[in-house]
This record gives sequence, structure tokens and C-alpha cells, in this order.
Amino acid sequence: MKKVFHVMYDDDEKLLVAARELVGKGIHVNEVYSPFPIHGIDPVIGIKRTRLAITSFMYAMTGLSLAVFFMWYTMISDWPMNIGGKPSFSLLENLPSFIPVSFEFSVFCAAHGMVITYLLRNGTLPGMPATNPDPRTTDDKFVMEITTDTNSMSADDLESAIKNTGLLELSIKDLK
Amino acid sequence: MQRESAIREPLILGHKTYKDITDDVVGPIMGPAPLGWKIMITISSIIAIYGIGSILYLIGTGVGVWGLNKTVGWAWDITNFVWWVGIGHAGTLISAVLLLFRQKWRMAINRSAEAMTIFAVIMAAIFPGIHMGRIWLAYYVFPLPNQFGSIWVNFNSPLLWDVFAISTYFSVSLVFWYVGLIPDFATIRDRVTKPFAKKMYGILSFGWSGRAKHWNRFEELSLVLAGIATPLVFSVHSIVSMDFATSIVPGWHTTIFPPYFVSGAVFSGFAMVQTLLLVMRKAYKLEDYIHIKHVEYMNIVIIVTGSIVGVAYLTELFISWYSGVEYESYAFINRFSGPYSAAYWTMMTCNVISPQLFWFKKIRRSFVATFILSIVVNIGMWFERYVIIVTSLHRDYLPSSWGEFIPTATDIGIFIGTLGIFLTLFLAFTRFFPVLALNELKTILKSSGESYKNEQVK
Repeated sequence: MKKVFHVMYDDDEKLLVAARELVGKGIHVNEVYSPFPIHGIDPVIGIKRTRLAITSFMYAMTGLSLAVFFMWYTMISDWPMNIGGKPSFSLLENLPSFIPVSFEFSVFCAAHGMVITYLLRNGTLPGMPATNPDPRTTDDKFVMEITTDTNSMSADDLESAIKNTGLLELSIKDLK
Repeated sequence: MQRESAIREPLILGHKTYKDITDDVVGPIMGPAPLGWKIMITISSIIAIYGIGSILYLIGTGVGVWGLNKTVGWAWDITNFVWWVGIGHAGTLISAVLLLFRQKWRMAINRSAEAMTIFAVIMAAIFPGIHMGRIWLAYYVFPLPNQFGSIWVNFNSPLLWDVFAISTYFSVSLVFWYVGLIPDFATIRDRVTKPFAKKMYGILSFGWSGRAKHWNRFEELSLVLAGIATPLVFSVHSIVSMDFATSIVPGWHTTIFPPYFVSGAVFSGFAMVQTLLLVMRKAYKLEDYIHIKHVEYMNIVIIVTGSIVGVAYLTELFISWYSGVEYESYAFINRFSGPYSAAYWTMMTCNVISPQLFWFKKIRRSFVATFILSIVVNIGMWFERYVIIVTSLHRDYLPSSWGEFIPTATDIGIFIGTLGIFLTLFLAFTRFFPVLALNELKTILKSSGESYKNEQVK
């Protein structure tokens, strides 16, 4: 039977020390649930830096090109107008007054694109069910999730290794 | 773990644990509404309803119910617009600029300051909307294909830049605020017991579970959003100032406007944050989180931005004389000695002299003095916009077109009404939302909490 261990700690540093120790023994930590970001946990449990910032840059560039193209189309190509004698016959001449809107629209696309990507990648959307194993993990407790199917050790060996890490509570459940 | 010098004043007083932070913030949300809150929200809703009534009267009758005339075509409406947008700037400055500078003291105040930003920008957006006259055609400000040609909006105009700036600013501030709220809503979701509240906070929290990868993305997202919100803040009020600066009205046509408006905005925004937070910390017993050190830091920002504003006023005066342009010098002489000189001297006293009092440590570190001065600053900043707009317009190039502006009851009613709507929204926020950024405060507890610091000294 596959098992899942939820190991609870009452301090972020205790969890960090325990995670280092277990990973040192070759145990794979599936997930960590915490009420706030634990700095330094990512490399220990093998989480890579997110590529979210790159997507934000791509959205910004998309926004910039859309804005410049649209302003060229409306102001220069489709219906050029003489407004206060301001040049309206080439993109280059008119570019200075296009800067504010280009900037605003790039920021608009970068921010919203990035947030939408973030919510989709996290799977956090309105009405989604909460998946933290214990309600206390959004308060002051820190839980580490270890499963037998991602580890080569037997359930008993895992349990004895986990028990020596200064934990607060341990819950073992059968993995569905 | 990050350490901080023990000499530096702690940011979280008392012997707090992670649990205490949760309880202090979530407790008031779960308990029954306090009497003071009920009284305040009743009063502010009545004022809000009066304001909404005034707005409906304006829309039903026409812009003629305002005190505007052919010479003074912009007055209270645009004054209020600029004032409210300016107030909004503090929230984004606190959450974005101070995040980039890694200022930990922002964590106690950023949530409510951002809420203030959002509500202030909503109030600001009312004014350009209703001053259009025919609000049902307000969608004309957006570049939509139409059957007149199609004739597009004018992208050369700062007024259109403003449409883009304000809508970007509002929507970006809103998502920035909400993304930070999601983990805190999850905390409330896991605490509340009433089924309806649990369901609501469950929906609002988007199923947040605090996984390590999600926190990793969360921190990256906050950093990048702060990075792009920073130039956004500066651009928004610069563009607002260009509504004036790109015209040829003496008194408006100055290149100093963008930086001067931005610092004025931060100045008034911080004053409004002080006014609201000094009441909130008492009412919700958050004295350990928002204490005198936070107030002092904000007062220092007020001195800096207030001094920049003061220098800008004097520079404007000097340049109006030095430029040798008759119309410019007249505009400024008329400002301080003409029919609106009372407004000018109110502005000078409130904005240039009063913030200088914060150089005294006793005043800077006093809750009462700060509260009074923060209101004085906001009165001064309202008069600044009034002086810039009305005194510059009321003297036209042709003396035959000279006029005066006298506000009507509708002018005043709408302004007071927006204060009521703003307060109602803010009070609702303090009742149902986590007023402190829980997850962020917990990350600084060990480096800036009082009891942890004392351990370091031993």
C-alpha cells in the first residue's frame, strides 16, 4: 500500500533543518505547505526558479507592438487628421506623443498577462477547493509531504527517518 | 535567515508568535461588528447617498448646475479628480517602491494603503466621467470603431493618455492588491466557522494552499509587479500634470509640472494614509504592528515630498518673473494677491510651512500632532489643485472674458459625497478584509520582532 506522510513542524527553521537532513539521506520531499514563503527551501526540495518573469517580458513586448501598431493604424494610416498642426503623416514624426500610451499599454499587458499566467499555473482560480492537508498550515504550522511512491525506501524506514527530525505531529494516510 | 541590527527599532512590538499575528488580524473579522464601526459606516453611508443624489441631479439636469462658466470651464470637478488621484499614489508607492528598496516597515501598512489607493482612484474616476456632461457617451474615450468614418480618438492628446494611464493604474493596482490578498483570504477561510463566511472566503481565496512552488511564484510575481508598478506610479501623475502643462494657459504652461505633481501626490497620499491608519490602529488594536516608528518613517517621507513641493512653488514664482513673460508674471502675481489669494495662502501655509514642523522629533513622533498635520496637509493639497486650476483660468487673455468661479451646492455636495463613498468603502474593507498583510508580516517577525531582537542582544 502506498502511503503519504504529512510531517508537521511548529517553526519554519525546524522544517528547513529537517528537510535538509532528509534530503541528505536521499529522501524526496514532495511538497511543503507553509503560511508564508520559507526562504531557502526551494533549492533543498528541488524547486527551480520560476520563469514567470520571462512571460511578463513577453507580454510587455506584445503590448508594446500592439499599441504602436494600433496608433499607427488609427492616427496615420486609417484617418490622418491635422490636430493643432501636429505632424500626423509618419510614425517616426508622431512617435513622441505615442510614448505614454505605448508605455501604459505595455505595463497593462505585462501585469495582467503575468497575473493570469500565475493563477493558471498555480491552479488557483475562483471557487477552487483548498488542498492544504491541515487548516493550521495557513496559520502557524508548516507541513512537509513525503510519499512512498516517489521514494525507494519502505514506509517503515521513511517513518523512522522522519521521526528523528524534531517534528510536532505526523499523520500517515494511504495514498489513493 | 536574515538578521537585523539590534539597535534598529523593532517593527513588531511585544512577544508575538505567528499565531498571535493571525489572531490579531483575523479576530476582528470573525467577531461581531463593533458599535463604533456601525456608527461610522452609518454616517459615511448617509454622506455617500447624499453625494450619489447630487451626482444623479447633475446628470439629470446638466453641467450647468455646477458653478462653471465660459471662462472657468474646469474647477471643482478636475480639482477633486487630481486630488483623489494624488491620494491614490501613496498606496502604490508603499507597496511597489518600498518593496524594491526592501523596506520592511511597509508590510504593516501596505495592505490598507493599497486599499486606499483603489478606492481613491475610483473616486477620482467619477469626476472626469460626470464632467463630460453626457456620461452615457463616456465610452467615446476609448478607441472603438464607429460609423463616423471611422473617426478615432486623438492619441496626441494628454487627455487621452490620461484615460490609458488611469485605467492601467487602477487595474494594475487592483490585481497587485488582490494577488497579495489571496494567501490571507486562505488564512481566514481556514479560521472562520460560519458556513456562509467560509464559502465566501473559500471563493475569494481561489483555493490557495501555500505550496512551496506557489510561494516561489508569488515572490517573483510581487517583485516584477513592483518593478513595473514603480514607473507606472510616476507616469500616471506626470500624465495628469500634462493635461495642464501642454496647454498654453499662463500658470499651467510649465515644464516643472510632472515632478512637482508626482511629489505632491505622494505628499498628500502619505498624509491620507496617516489619517486613516492612526484611527484604524486604535480601533482594531493594531498598536503593536503600526506604532510610532512607522508613523515617523511616513512623516519623513512627508517632509521630503513636502519640501520638494515647496521648492516647486518658489521655483514657479521665480521663473514667472525671470522669464519676462507678462502673462506668466501676471498669473502668479494674481495668484497671491488676486481674488483667490486666500486659497493661495492656505495652500502655502498648509503645504510649505506645516510639514517643516516634522523636523522636530517630538512632533514627528507624536500621534496627535501627526493626525492634525495629516489633515492640514490634505486640505493644503486640495487648495493647491484649486489654485492651479481656477486662478489660472479665471483671468483670460482678453479682460472682457474675465470671470470668477463660485462653487454651487451641487459642487460641494458631490465632493463631500465622494468623501462619504470613500469612507464607506474603506470601512467595509477594514471589516471584511485582512487589514495587515499577514503572510508578509510573518516573514519579518524573526528579524524585526521585539522579543526576537532582545534574544539577539543577550
